[in-house]
Amino acid sequence: MGTQGCDGAGLRLPLGALVELLGPALLVVVVGLVTTTASPSNKIYFLNALVSVAIVVAIYVFVGISGVLSFGQISFVAVGAFAAGVMAVPVVSKKGVLTSIFPLLRDHSVGNVTSLLLAAALGGVFAFVVGIPLMRLSGLAAGIATFAVLEITHNVLREWTKIGPGATTLALVPETTGALQATVGALVAIAVAFLYQRSRRGRLLRASREDPAVARSVGVNIHLERLLAFTVSGALAGFAGGLYVHLLGSITTEQVYLELTFLTLAMLVIGGLTSLWGAVVGALAVSGLDSFLSQAESGIHLGFKLTLPQGTRLVFLSAIMALVLILRPSGLTGGREFRLPWSK
Amino acid sequence: MTVLASIDLQTLGDAFGQGAIYALMAVGIGLVFGVLRLVNFAYGQLIMAGAYTLAYTSGWPVVASIVACFAVVVALSLAMDRLVFRPLRSSSPAVMLVTTFAVSFLLQSVALIVDLRDGTLGQVASSVAPLNQAIKVGGVDVRKVTFVAVAVALVALAALALVLTRTTIGLHTRAAASDFRTARLLGVRANRVIAFAVVVSGLLAAAVAVLLTVQNPFVQPTFALEDTIIVLVGVVVGGIDRLWTATLGGFAIGFVSVLVNAALPTDKTVFLPSVVYALVIIVLLLRPAGLFAWGRRAAMERV
Repeated sequence: MGTQGCDGAGLRLPLGALVELLGPALLVVVVGLVTTTASPSNKIYFLNALVSVAIVVAIYVFVGISGVLSFGQISFVAVGAFAAGVMAVPVVSKKGVLTSIFPLLRDHSVGNVTSLLLAAALGGVFAFVVGIPLMRLSGLAAGIATFAVLEITHNVLREWTKIGPGATTLALVPETTGALQATVGALVAIAVAFLYQRSRRGRLLRASREDPAVARSVGVNIHLERLLAFTVSGALAGFAGGLYVHLLGSITTEQVYLELTFLTLAMLVIGGLTSLWGAVVGALAVSGLDSFLSQAESGIHLGFKLTLPQGTRLVFLSAIMALVLILRPSGLTGGREFRLPWSK
Repeated sequence: MTVLASIDLQTLGDAFGQGAIYALMAVGIGLVFGVLRLVNFAYGQLIMAGAYTLAYTSGWPVVASIVACFAVVVALSLAMDRLVFRPLRSSSPAVMLVTTFAVSFLLQSVALIVDLRDGTLGQVASSVAPLNQAIKVGGVDVRKVTFVAVAVALVALAALALVLTRTTIGLHTRAAASDFRTARLLGVRANRVIAFAVVVSGLLAAAVAVLLTVQNPFVQPTFALEDTIIVLVGVVVGGIDRLWTATLGGFAIGFVSVLVNAALPTDKTVFLPSVVYALVIIVLLLRPAGLFAWGRRAAMERV
C-alpha cells in the first residue's frame, strides 16, 4: 500500500528501535501531563484525544501493518465499551437501568481494571472468531465484509436488550478514565503495537503487505498472520472501548458506530497509514484540531479574538482533513516511524 | 418456500422500485470507479444536494425545479472531480476513499448550516409529491413512483448502454475502465473520459434525487446517506470491476432488502440489517470477486 514503513535492510541498533517507541510514548506522556494542568472544562478534550490514540493504534495494528482495509474495528470498540460498561455499573443500580438483562449479568459487577481486561478479552475473542472466515478476503471485499460486521454488531447491541441497554443510554458507569488511566491506557496500546510490529510475526505480516506473492513464496501463511493481527487489534480495540466508556460515564450504541469509524480511519490516514508514529500523530492532530475549532466557536484568544460562526466546526474540520489528504497523501508523518532529527 | 409465501405482489412491486433506484446509484458509483478506481463515498451528498435544490425550488414549476436539481448536481459533481478527485489521481485507494469521507462530511455540515437558517431542521420537497399516490393494478396498490423508478432506470440504463457501445466517447470510457494506462497510451484523453463519467454519474444522482424525494419528501443533511452505504455494499457484492455486475449488485441489494423485510416476522424486523449483512458476508466469502462476476477475473488488491 504505497509508502514504506519498514526499516532498511541494514542492521540497526536496539537504540534506534527504542526511539521508535519512545517518540510516540513521550508525546502521549506530555499530553497526559498537560491534561492534569488543564481546567476542568478543557480536560475532556485531552482525555478524548488520549482515548482516540488508543483506538487509532488498535486500528493501525491491523489496517496499517497488514495493508487490508477494515471498517469493522469499531465493532470491537463497541463490544469492549458495552462489556466494560455493563459489568462496571454497580449491582445496586443495575436493576433500575438494565431491566431485561440476563440475571447473570444483572447480579454481578466488577471493578475498573477487571472491566478493562474483560473488554480486551472479549474484543480479542470476537475478532478471532470473526477473523477466521473473513481474513481470507482482501481488497474491497475485505473492507465491505468487515463493514458488515460493524453493521451486525451495532444492530445486535441496539436491539438485544438481554445483553445491554439496547437503544437506550447506558448510564451510571464509573468515570474512572482520568488523566492517569487515559495516559497509561494509550501507552499500553502503543507498547503492545510496538512489540507486535517488531516481532517476527509482525514483520512477516508487513512483508505480506508490501508484496503478497513474494511473502507467500517464502512460506508466509498470510491468512494466519492476518488473523493474529486482527485478534491483537480486536483486543486493543476492546480495551480502548473500555477506556472510552469509563471516560464518558454514559454511552449509546450510536457513539461507537459509523461516525467514530470514519473519524478514526481518517485520523490514521492523516497521520500516515503505515506507521505507529503516524497513528499517534494523526489521532492527536485531528483531536487537537477538533478541540481547537469547538473552542473557537465560542471565541478564543490568539493575541486577537477569533470567533467562528456557530456550526462551522465540522465544516472546517472536514475541509482541513480533505486538504491535508490532498496535499500530503502519505500523511503527516509520511507513513514513517519516529526518528531523531539528526539520525539519517 | 414458506418464506416466499409471505411475499405478495405489492411487496414485489416495492422491491422492484427500490432495486431500480439502487441500480441507478450503482451505475453512478460504478462509472466513476471504472475510470478513476475511486470509491466515491460522497456520492450520497450529490443526491442530498439535488434533494435540497428540489426543496428550495418547491415554489417553481415542476419542470424548472427538476432542471435546477440536475444543474446543481452536475455542477457539484464536476467541482468534486476538479477539486478533489483530480489531485488524488495517483494516490492509494485508501487515501482516496478516506478523502471522500471528508468531502461527504463537509457537504453534510454545509447543508446543515444552510438548512438551519430558518430555525428548523429539514425542508420539504413537495413539488413532485403527487407521484407518490397509489394506483390500483390488478387489485394491488402500487405507488406511481414505482413505475416511474423502474421506467427511469430502464431508459437510463438502455441509453447508457447505447452510448457506451455505439459512440467514440463510450468506447474510450470502456477502454479506460479496463486499463487506464494502456488506453492513454493509445490516445484516449484521460480528462475527457473522466469528465464524461463524472457528468453521467451526476445526471444519475440527480435522477435518483428526484425519485427519492418523491418517496420521502422530508430532506435532511443525512438524506440518501444510508442508501449510499447500502448501494456501495451492493456494488462490491455484485462485482465492482465491471459496470453491469455493479449495477446488478445495486439492484439485488435493494430488491432483497425489501423481500427480507417482508419475510421476517413482525417482531423480528428490527434485526433486518443483521440478516442482510450476514447474507453479504456469506456471498463475499463464497464469491469474493463478486456475485455476478463469472469468469476468471480474480479479486485483486485494490483497497
